[in-house]
Amino acid sequence: MCVNFAVATVHLSLIYFEINMANYPSNQFKNGLKVMIEGDPCSMVDVEFVKPGKGQAFTRVKLKNLMTGRTWERTFKSNETAESADVMDTDMEYLYCDGEMWHFMDPQSYEQVAADKTAIGDAHLWLKEQDKCQVTLWNNNPISVTPPNFVELEVTETDPGLKGDTAQGGSKPATLQSGAVVRVPLFIERGDVLKIDTRSGEYVSRA
Amino acid sequence: MSELWQATAPIENLRKRAEIFARIRGFFAGHNVMEVETPLMTSAAVSDPYIDTIECRYHPLPGQQEQIRYLQSSPEYAMKRLLASGSGAIYQICKAFRNGECGRRHNPEFTMLEWYRPGFDHHQLMDEVEALVGPVIGISGFQRISYAELFRHYLKIDLQAVTVTELAAITRQHIDVEMEDENRDNWLNLLMSHLIEPQLADKGAVFVYDYPASQAALARTAVSAEGVPVACRFELFVAGVELANGYYELTDAAEQARRFQQDIAQRQSEGLPVRPTDSLLVDALENGMPECAGVAMGLDRLVMLAIGTERISEVIALPFDRA
Repeated sequence: MCVNFAVATVHLSLIYFEINMANYPSNQFKNGLKVMIEGDPCSMVDVEFVKPGKGQAFTRVKLKNLMTGRTWERTFKSNETAESADVMDTDMEYLYCDGEMWHFMDPQSYEQVAADKTAIGDAHLWLKEQDKCQVTLWNNNPISVTPPNFVELEVTETDPGLKGDTAQGGSKPATLQSGAVVRVPLFIERGDVLKIDTRSGEYVSRA
Repeated sequence: MSELWQATAPIENLRKRAEIFARIRGFFAGHNVMEVETPLMTSAAVSDPYIDTIECRYHPLPGQQEQIRYLQSSPEYAMKRLLASGSGAIYQICKAFRNGECGRRHNPEFTMLEWYRPGFDHHQLMDEVEALVGPVIGISGFQRISYAELFRHYLKIDLQAVTVTELAAITRQHIDVEMEDENRDNWLNLLMSHLIEPQLADKGAVFVYDYPASQAALARTAVSAEGVPVACRFELFVAGVELANGYYELTDAAEQARRFQQDIAQRQSEGLPVRPTDSLLVDALENGMPECAGVAMGLDRLVMLAIGTERISEVIALPFDRA
């Protein structure tokens, strides 16, 4: 009896070790975990353990597909596993755009990577050379770029400012050095440097 | 130093918790229901296939003659033995333990309130649950809906007509899950937890009664108003949270033994651990247990609902990861 028990224990821990190499069992799911679902790297945005008193246990996960940005809910059985995805968020410096690709450098290793149009997404609207960005790498290739929450960009084009109007409402479009067009107060002039919230794409203040 | 030494629940929540516990004890004192205690470490384990028991080891001599004991997952079997011993109406507030159940609304070690009312059926017990819970959570006028009506209303499913294949197809339309299962109740539970419970979130307090006979657990079965065999079982959902589970209790010893065997067979066929079932409960029923209704309620969840939090760690001082 005791011997059998010991053997069973060893056997189980070996299985556990093998699973743990590349797969996460559903009871280890947590927010931020990166896994492969149907060939795409995905991030777990929300993880909830679901267990009716008498029913089976499930783990309901809100997933974000890191390639497409799509979020959806998927339910995992308690004995299901998910393959880990080699996804890393890296702080990098934006170098330049060659018209087709956006180039970034790891300031520690000086290694460079290039992001294509899909990976860069809307982030290119807020990029200024030498700004720090978060570049998400999957198998060492960039799949998405997140600019800092706030960036400072110069106005390259806007209608002339209206005198005396510093507080009252009204806004106008302004083109920034990165090419983005944002709504700004009427007193803003060409050459002003503006602080922009990249998450909403909105003007915050003069820098 | 990490922050793990510190209580996760705000002290004011713990004070509210203590008030609720005092109120519950006052309620039962006023209704002549006796508080009892039963063993937490038991020689038999629960038979429900999807409740996994935590094992512990007892040694008459240190390191020798190991005996496996089980941390109870509910005081039900033991309290029924008290009823058969002639206790009359009883209640218990105790810790219950369930392996693997850890999440926003689950702690593997949680606090359960369980009580039994000789002479009551499940409808009378629902009245009493409402009288106890209503003032604690500030809701009156609990709704009552049968399990069949619930599925008809929220999912347009006719439980009498629907096949397992159809249930699987309906589930896959709504839920992204890789599941193959011949067990009809597994699909029903999945639909209940994923699609119906969220819709009950803004419905206040709802009793669901007349469960499918296949989900009777330890409830007796009867024939519903629609002429269908049903379990005399109810559950209480408050704000979409499963709060209590009650039965018009099975008193037939032979039927009880048969259900244990059925659970063992299901555990074997699904590769789940098989543990000793409680033959002492069968003996107690054989000896004669009064006709009664009983209910189990998650007290941590009751406190969560009274306070208005969705996290069990807000009402348990030191949850599992800090225990």
